[in-house]
Amino acid sequence: MATAAKETGIKPAAATQVTFLEAIKQAMYEEMERDPAVVLIGEDIGVYGGAFKTSEGLLEKFGWERVIDTPISESAIVGAACGMSYLGLRPIAEMQFIDFIVCAFNQITNFVAKGHYLWDAPAPIVIRGPAGGGVHGGPFHSANPEMYFVHTPGLKVIYPSTPYDAKGLLKAAVRDNNPVLFFEHKFLYRRIKEEIPAEDYTVPIGKAAVRREGKHLTIISYAAMMHTSLEAAGELAKEGIEAEVIDLRTLLPLDEETILASLKKTNKCLVVHEDTKTGGIAGEIAAILCERAFGDLDGPLMRVTALDTPVPYSPPLEEYFLPNKEKVLHAARQLAKY
Amino acid sequence: MAKTANGAGGANGSKALTRQQYLDLYYFMRLNRAVEDTMVKLFRQNKIVGGLYSSLGQEAVSVGTAYALEKKDWLAPMIRNIGALLVKGVPPRDIFMQHMAKYDSPTKGKDGTSHFGDLENLHIVSPISMLGDLIPVMTGVAIAGRYLGQKIVAMTWIGDGGSSTGVFHEGLNFAAVQKAPFVLVLENNQWAYSTPVRRQVPLDNLADRAKAYGIPSYTVDGNDVVAVYSTAKEAVERARKGEGPILLEVKTFRRMGHAQHDPAEYVPKEMRAHWEARDPIALYERFLTGEKLLDAKSKREIEEKIDALLSKERDFAENSPMPPPEFATHGVYCTGDECHKIRPKWERPIAEVTPPKSSVAAVWTVAGFGSGKSSGGGRAPIHFGDTEKHLKDGASAEEASRVDGKTRAANAPAKKITKPAVVANKSKAQARKAGR
Repeated sequence: MATAAKETGIKPAAATQVTFLEAIKQAMYEEMERDPAVVLIGEDIGVYGGAFKTSEGLLEKFGWERVIDTPISESAIVGAACGMSYLGLRPIAEMQFIDFIVCAFNQITNFVAKGHYLWDAPAPIVIRGPAGGGVHGGPFHSANPEMYFVHTPGLKVIYPSTPYDAKGLLKAAVRDNNPVLFFEHKFLYRRIKEEIPAEDYTVPIGKAAVRREGKHLTIISYAAMMHTSLEAAGELAKEGIEAEVIDLRTLLPLDEETILASLKKTNKCLVVHEDTKTGGIAGEIAAILCERAFGDLDGPLMRVTALDTPVPYSPPLEEYFLPNKEKVLHAARQLAKY
Repeated sequence: MAKTANGAGGANGSKALTRQQYLDLYYFMRLNRAVEDTMVKLFRQNKIVGGLYSSLGQEAVSVGTAYALEKKDWLAPMIRNIGALLVKGVPPRDIFMQHMAKYDSPTKGKDGTSHFGDLENLHIVSPISMLGDLIPVMTGVAIAGRYLGQKIVAMTWIGDGGSSTGVFHEGLNFAAVQKAPFVLVLENNQWAYSTPVRRQVPLDNLADRAKAYGIPSYTVDGNDVVAVYSTAKEAVERARKGEGPILLEVKTFRRMGHAQHDPAEYVPKEMRAHWEARDPIALYERFLTGEKLLDAKSKREIEEKIDALLSKERDFAENSPMPPPEFATHGVYCTGDECHKIRPKWERPIAEVTPPKSSVAAVWTVAGFGSGKSSGGGRAPIHFGDTEKHLKDGASAEEASRVDGKTRAANAPAKKITKPAVVANKSKAQARKAGR
C-alpha cells in the first residue's frame, strides 16, 4: 500500500500563529523527524489521526511501524511503550482521553515509575492526552487526574497552558530519560493561538513561569485556570490590587524556588486549580509555604478549586462545579484585605 | 497427563540434542536446585530478608524454556524462574545477595528475590509483584526488536493464577494483533497460593486460552526437560520467523507452599505423592544414564563443580555489606546522558523508517475482506460498497474476512447483521465515547 504521502504541511516554514492543538502536532512531527527512535502508540491515532486529530498526517508520513494503532487496552499501550523504551526507543503513548489513564495505573505507578530506582532501568516514555473540563464532556471525559501521579516518585508531570510551552515542553519530555505524563487541557486546544518560532526549541521541565508581575498577592495556577487567573488579575489591577500570576507548567518536580521568591515579594498566596480541592496541588503548596516561608505569610493561603465531587455533565452543574473568574476575584479581594 | 507437543522429544525420544546440550540442561537444573537449597539454609539462619519462594520440582520449566533462547534474546522471569536467570548467565551470588538485601546485589538492596534485570548485557527485564504486567512489556520489547531489525525473541512466564489477570488478556491480545516475536510460557503448577487451578479457570488445558487470540499453542509435560526444551525451541524459532506470539503451557507442580511460611496443607497428599514420584531431575538422570550420557563419575564431577561454585558465591554474598541508609534517596530519576546513554542499536537501515520510504496511504486493509467478484484480491481497502454487498449476502463481515465468496455462499447460513464490524472500526472513537 506504500504510496507517496502528500505534503502534510505540519512543519512551519516561519514563525506562525498556532493553536494549542497544532503545537502538540508540530512537536510530535518534529521529534519523529529528528529521531527515528520516536514512535507513537495509542488508540485511533493512525488512520483516524487521533480523536482530536493531534496525530493527523503522521501515519502517512512515518508509516505503520512508527504510528501504532492499538486495541482498546491502556495497560497494553503503556506496558508496550515501556518495553519499547528498554531497547532505546522513545515512545509517545496517547490516552484518547486522559480519564482512561487510570486503566493503566498499575503499569505506570509500579512498572514504569519504579524501574530506574529499583533496577537501573530508565523508561523514556511520554504518556499524553486531553484532560480537563468546561466542554461538557461528563464525568469520564473531563477529569484532571494529575495528582494521582504527582504522588508517585519516579514520574514527571507536566500540564502546560500555552501553545509555546506545550510544544517546547512536549519536546523536552520526549528527550527526557524519565517517564513523563503530559496533560493537555482540551478547553485550550482550539481556543487560544500564539506565535511560536519555526526553529527547534524546548522549554525546561520543572520551571514555573511568572505570567504577570505584581506586588500585593501571588496567584499560582496552571493549565486552563492560568488564563482565568490572568483575566482576574487584569480586573484586580483596575481596583488597585496588583496580583502576580505564576504558571506552574510542571507539577512534578514542583518549582518551589519561583513560588518562594514570589511570596517573599507579595506575602500572600492564592492557588487556583481545576482539579478538585482535597489532595490537589494547593495543599502541597500550602505545606511548602508553612515549612519554608511561614514568616513571610501575611494572610492565609487560599484556594479556588473545583468542588469535591465527580465532574457533573449538565452545563449548569458543571459551571457550578468549576472555578471561574468571579470565584477567583472573590477570594483575591478577601485575601488582599489581610 | 499432558501430551507432548507435536511428538517432540520427551525424555524417551528425541536425539536432536548434542551431548553437550543434554549435559547443559542437567547442569542448570542441578544448579537451580542447589542455589535454592542454599537459600533455604540461609533462610533458616535468618539471613534472607522477607519471604523465600521455591521452584522445587519446577526446574525443568525454567531451564528448558530459557535454554531455547539465543544470547541476544530477551527474557523476563517470574518469582519461580531462577533457573532461567542462571541459564541466561546471572551468577548465583547475585541471586543470593538479592535475597539478602545486600549492597552489592543487582538492585543494591532496593528490591529482593528475582526482582532485578539487566538491559545492557544479559537482556533481562525485572518482574514486579503484580502478575501479568510483564506480558505487554515484553510485547513492547519484541516489537521494538523487530523495529530495530534485531531478529530477537522475547520470552516471559506467567502462572496458572496470573493467567486470569486483565493485563494477561490485554498483553497477549495486543501481541497477537501485532504478530510480535514473543513466547509466553504459561507455567501451570496447579496452585495459585491456596487456590487449585480448577477454581481459577474452567479449562483442562490452559493453552486453550490461545484460541481467544488466534495464536498457536502447545501443552507440554513440564517435568520432562527435553520435551520442554524441544517444544520451547520450536516455539522460539516460529516466533523468530515472524509467525507471531506463541503460548506454551507447561504442566508441573508446586512442591512447596506459596513461600516458606506456607506449609501448603491444602494440597491433597495423593497429589503431592504423584508429583514427587515424577521429580524432573530424577527422571532426567534416569534418561541420561539409560542413554549413557551420564555415569557416576561425571555426575560426581558436576556435583563437585556446583558445590565449589556455590560455596564461593555464598561467601561473597555473606561478606557483602548492607546498603548505607541514605542510599534510600538515590536514583529515583535518571539525570541524563551521564546517568544513562539511551541509544537504540539499529540493525536495519534507518532510511526504511524515515520519510520518504516510511510513507504510506492511511487506509485500512483487511485480509480477505474484498475477495468477492468485484474486488481486486485478498487484501482490499475497506469501502462502503463492499460492506453493503456482504451485508446483502447475509454473511457477517467477520465471516467475510475468513472465507472466500464461494465457500460462504455454499455453507454460510443467512445471518441477521445489525452492525458491521469493519464499519464500526471507523467510528470506534465515537462509539467508545458513547459507551464509556
